[in-house]
Amino acid sequence: MRGSNLAELRAPLSDVDGALDLVDGFDDALGHGFARLGEERAGRLTVLAGAVAGSPLGDAVADAVAKVAAGSVSEEHLSALAAARAALLGAAHDALLARCDAALGRTRESWQPSASEGPPVAPNLLAGVRAWLTEVAVTGWRGVDHELVSASAPLVEALYGEPALRRVAVLLDGLTDELRASSPVATMPRLPERRWADLWSRALLLTRAGAWGAAGATDVTGRLLVLGVDVHEHATAVRVQVHGVLEPAGGDTPRLVRTNLVAAKVDTIVGPAVWQLFGDRPVLLGALAGGHALDLVDMPLLPGGDLVWHDERASAGAPADPFATARVLLPGAVAPPVHPLDRHPVGVATPVLIEGFTAGEGGFDIDGETLTVDVESLPDCGPLTAEAVAAAEACIGLLRWDAGRWSLRPLAVRGTVKRKPVATHTGDWALGPTDPKVVKAAAKAGDAVSVLRERAGRLLRK
Amino acid sequence: MDDESAFEKHDSGWERASTARVVPPVRPRKLAKVPFVELADGRLQGVVSSGSDIARVYVSSIGAGTHGFSCSTNNNRPCGGLGSRPCKHLQSLVDEAVLQHGFARVARYLQVDAAGESGAELMAQLRGQRDSTPAATVFSRFLRHLAYLEVPVSVAPVPELDWFPTGGAR
Ligand SMILES: [Zn+2]
Repeated sequence: MRGSNLAELRAPLSDVDGALDLVDGFDDALGHGFARLGEERAGRLTVLAGAVAGSPLGDAVADAVAKVAAGSVSEEHLSALAAARAALLGAAHDALLARCDAALGRTRESWQPSASEGPPVAPNLLAGVRAWLTEVAVTGWRGVDHELVSASAPLVEALYGEPALRRVAVLLDGLTDELRASSPVATMPRLPERRWADLWSRALLLTRAGAWGAAGATDVTGRLLVLGVDVHEHATAVRVQVHGVLEPAGGDTPRLVRTNLVAAKVDTIVGPAVWQLFGDRPVLLGALAGGHALDLVDMPLLPGGDLVWHDERASAGAPADPFATARVLLPGAVAPPVHPLDRHPVGVATPVLIEGFTAGEGGFDIDGETLTVDVESLPDCGPLTAEAVAAAEACIGLLRWDAGRWSLRPLAVRGTVKRKPVATHTGDWALGPTDPKVVKAAAKAGDAVSVLRERAGRLLRK
Repeated sequence: MDDESAFEKHDSGWERASTARVVPPVRPRKLAKVPFVELADGRLQGVVSSGSDIARVYVSSIGAGTHGFSCSTNNNRPCGGLGSRPCKHLQSLVDEAVLQHGFARVARYLQVDAAGESGAELMAQLRGQRDSTPAATVFSRFLRHLAYLEVPVSVAPVPELDWFPTGGAR
């Protein structure tokens, strides 16, 4: 990627700005509460309805805005508004991803309607979640207090009892944890309006469908070459997401793929300890820590580009350098399509190799263009630090977009230490930290996972 | 300037960021003595191990605003160390809460208007009375907390986690 690519990436996208201004109107209403919108806020929703008037949603949204403005707020109306908001953000996502693919010269498959999803699970439970979300919307974020947050606890607990509803469970748990920490929300000087409206809307849409995107897998055989590991977490969940290139056996075009491990955890399990939660996937973790390829036999691949990881269908292959993979295979790899309901700018996270830059304050200077580097999201479970990023000569990262700007989230860097090239990857500690200082600190703090598992073993099966 | 205020120095795009940081990451701490601490339901509450009996735990809590405090065993027997002043379990609870969340966050939650660093400094600011005990509620939240460790790993994609980037603890 050169400075000219970066300039192309960052050229204004007026359609995206326009869509997000409309979304702002909804997000402001959700902060205030739909119970008493007032004329100005209702007016902004009317403009939002106008923007989707020509779509299949048009009539339902126009009707919903009219009813809500007249003071009648129901689940149906809120669902129509959430769908309109999701449609606008979906369009913004498409424009951003197309821009990103064009700047990188990347080919992406288009989504093919495929197998239907499974039957709906636990409709009464999902109706309960919807009722809670409705109450939140009627009240508005500013009205959320301890009591309203506590009312979500039995719902979250029940959602974890239904494996098919894991997505809703993880989402609602993350949102309510933030609300709990922020209650009473009326005392917050500022509201994370976009974020909470995103989470609220996605939760509401998931209660309609239960889940999506988990059907239509095909088994693939071939070689997986790891590019890097992205880590996401909130108090009670952690996801290790491996980005890589799949070389299918038989010589088909290499494909960009991901694979995901999602564990439940608690807030006191942080840093390198999170890897222990995935200890029963030694083949995958071994490849991350050891820097080798993975040979796959009949591994399920979902249409959205996610491998459904079965450790026993993988074996350790030859040593493989992610920087070599990024240089040789990434440019020609085909990117996966995005499930229509997952289209949101937050999902734009495209692997890219950056070389020939100068690392400086706040980012990488490429031919005079500065690419912002998101050092705040460097995982605490790995050795990749802001200092290593500042000394980087090459970087594999994810190109992302949020709050109106592009940035790079590093997954690996290569630099020179004592005249020797040294590479650091977020997944280097997948089998445990290798830095003696970190090992010592971990030993001093004690093993949180073991302590809590021991308590769980004693107290939960009494 | 402590970590808390540094964390809250949001840039101007914060309101419009899908991945805006809302809750600061907790800091690692030893869990053997106080396995569970939380700021929830309008209380600082948690579970403290008994120094003498491995099968026994104390459930301790301090109310936000009122600072009413309580401590009892999980079987609802009152703590012998509790008088008109808080017991050693409550002291441990506050110490560990400050380690985990930082002084500023705990003080703000309890509505203590003071600066400081240690649990003892926070304790000195509390003006509450002995209060009735919510032991059953808090203990069930602890069991619920532990139950997360028994949820199996999922290999299906959870794209909703895109909203929760990691990092920020170091
Ligand atoms: Zn006590």
